[in-house]
Amino acid sequence: MAALSINNVCKTYANGTDVLKGIDIAIEDGQFLILVGPSGCGKSTLLNMIAGLDDISSGDIEIGGKRVNDLSPKDRDIAMVFQSYALYPSMSVRKNISFGLEIRKMPQGEIDATVERVAQMLQMTHLLDRKPSQLSGGQRQRVAMGRALARNPSIFLFDEPLSNLDAKLRVEMRTEIKLMHQRLKSTIVYVTHDQIEAMTLGDRIAVMKDGIVQQFGSPQDIYDNPANLFVASFIGSPSMNFIPAQVVESAGVLGVKICDDQGCVILPLPHAQDKMKPWLGREVIFGIRPEQITDARTAYREGLPVMACHIDVIEPTGPDTLVFVSLNNTKVCCRTHPTEAKLPGHSMELVFDVSKAVLFDPTTEQRIA
Amino acid sequence: MAKHLTPGRIVLYAALLLMAIYYLLPLYVMLSTSVKTLDDIRGGNLIALPQSITLDAWSKAWSSACTGVECGGMKGFFWNSVKMAVPSVLISTLIGAVNGYVVSMWRFRGSDVLFTLLLVGCFIPFQVVLLPMARLLGELGIANTTSGLILVHVIYGLAFTTLFFRNFFVTIPDELVKAARIDGAGFWTIFLRILLPISGPIFMVCVIWQFTQIWNDFLFGVVFAAGESQPITVALNNLVNTSTGVKEYNVDMAAAIIAALPTLFVYMVAGRYFVRGLTAGAVKG
Ligand SMILES: Nc1ncnc2c1ncn2[C@@H]1O[C@H](COP(=O)(O)OP(=O)(O)O)[C@@H](O)[C@H]1O
Ligand SMILES: [Mg+2]
Repeated sequence: MAALSINNVCKTYANGTDVLKGIDIAIEDGQFLILVGPSGCGKSTLLNMIAGLDDISSGDIEIGGKRVNDLSPKDRDIAMVFQSYALYPSMSVRKNISFGLEIRKMPQGEIDATVERVAQMLQMTHLLDRKPSQLSGGQRQRVAMGRALARNPSIFLFDEPLSNLDAKLRVEMRTEIKLMHQRLKSTIVYVTHDQIEAMTLGDRIAVMKDGIVQQFGSPQDIYDNPANLFVASFIGSPSMNFIPAQVVESAGVLGVKICDDQGCVILPLPHAQDKMKPWLGREVIFGIRPEQITDARTAYREGLPVMACHIDVIEPTGPDTLVFVSLNNTKVCCRTHPTEAKLPGHSMELVFDVSKAVLFDPTTEQRIA
Repeated sequence: MAKHLTPGRIVLYAALLLMAIYYLLPLYVMLSTSVKTLDDIRGGNLIALPQSITLDAWSKAWSSACTGVECGGMKGFFWNSVKMAVPSVLISTLIGAVNGYVVSMWRFRGSDVLFTLLLVGCFIPFQVVLLPMARLLGELGIANTTSGLILVHVIYGLAFTTLFFRNFFVTIPDELVKAARIDGAGFWTIFLRILLPISGPIFMVCVIWQFTQIWNDFLFGVVFAAGESQPITVALNNLVNTSTGVKEYNVDMAAAIIAALPTLFVYMVAGRYFVRGLTAGAVKG
């Protein structure tokens, strides 16, 4: 049974802005759904509508098979964690956690037990009598999570819960949220603009832009098979390289022509022959991820096309060194082994693993192959 | 920074001292005159220290000075003002809090228009409402009563108190209200249990502002209250203007101070919250 299904949901605000334009998403019980996209694309609006904090203009939202369009937030069996944590400033941590339970008329003994259990789970028993103003950012975050956990809802909603934390804490909390999900097998809808959070946390990712779901799938699927140029550029860091290139034929195989200032090579794309045929002689956008252009030692596979390229800049990151070269007058990022990377100004042999390369239509920006 | 007395600082302090004296002098004159005897006042000059201190003028101002034909002092009128100001301040502040809560947190169709109209209310001159208000109070049968005056002050103060609370509540993140709604709290629970407990500073601002306005009001008092129910500002005017032979400056001064004491008291007790409440947002982080 679908834990959450969103059917053709639209939202138009009173001032006429179309914020959501027909959203379709469904997830199973226990899945971790990520809504990811640039700021302003309507993620929070969608989450607020799932929560019932905002009205839907058209479409349906079902939770556990039940249509909830007309239910108020408190009747939807959801709990939410906000970016600003939204802890009640005048209440102690204990009260913050128990507030929702009291309103739901849970017996006092049960409330105390729940608060105790949640506090222990999140290791914040010692914080229970503090006020939110006496907590650090990370502790407030924990309390906000605890407040949601105490309610034991059928769906957890998170709106950018980590984006107010510093980088180190964010990574720690990310792991904790993932652990919590694995332990509790809860259904989660998680909004973020951070593609790394999206990739690391999600079972299912909906990539959004301008109020439209651009692609909905598993993280690996979205990474390997982006539906369009936007998804390809948004997911992955450093971003996929987009090289304008002509489709040409060589020895009966279609490929793309890649040049630098010293000469050209043709990269055959055997996996995409049929779809490339209509594009013979025309320009496409050739998409290839940085880790698919690398040094011979890292590539470890024979028979891949090789090209000697002039290095413009290198950026050592520790585990690998990013090498920047110019191909078809476009800056291209390649991920190489630190000991294999040459210095800027020198030439270096780069191996192209084209088996996962993709092609986009330059005008519609949709995927060709 | 080193705190040396540079010439610049000396000039600065001198200027500040001068201004402080300039503002405190009238208060001094009032206080000293109020404890002088009439002979002392006639003989000495305005800023001379009193020869001997007597509280006769105070007790006369409080209980036996003539305000027109009555000669019962300020006492009764002081309590009139208390009976008028305290309910007016509390009612207008409480309604303003609810109004501010609604226009900032529960925006509905037309709530912006409503708020703008309320704002206009801040700028309506007193004189404009006098006649319609007199008519309305007459219709309601509460003309010339303290209740009538309370109604006038509550209505007039609402524009300000709503504005104060609205501007305070808009600094509170919407997410706080959203979280409470998800927790199952309704309109009043959110207001009473989450927002009011953090509204202390703006409450103080409203109370100080309203109390000062209402206590010091003269025009509404003189127009909408008669005889027995007049507020102290009107009584003070009558007291000063009632001449029974000699002009008793010491009694006038004592009466004026009595009329001003409550506002001074409110400032002393709650003044430090005033600036804090006007400038502070509610929630950090
Ligand atoms: N109450 C509103 N009225 C009009 N437009 C709004 C309102 N709330 C949000 N928007 C607009 O909707 C768009 C999506 O907002 P939001 O869902 O908060 O984006 P995200 O969370 O993805 O950053 C934004 O362009 C925003 O300006
Ligand atoms: Mg958002």
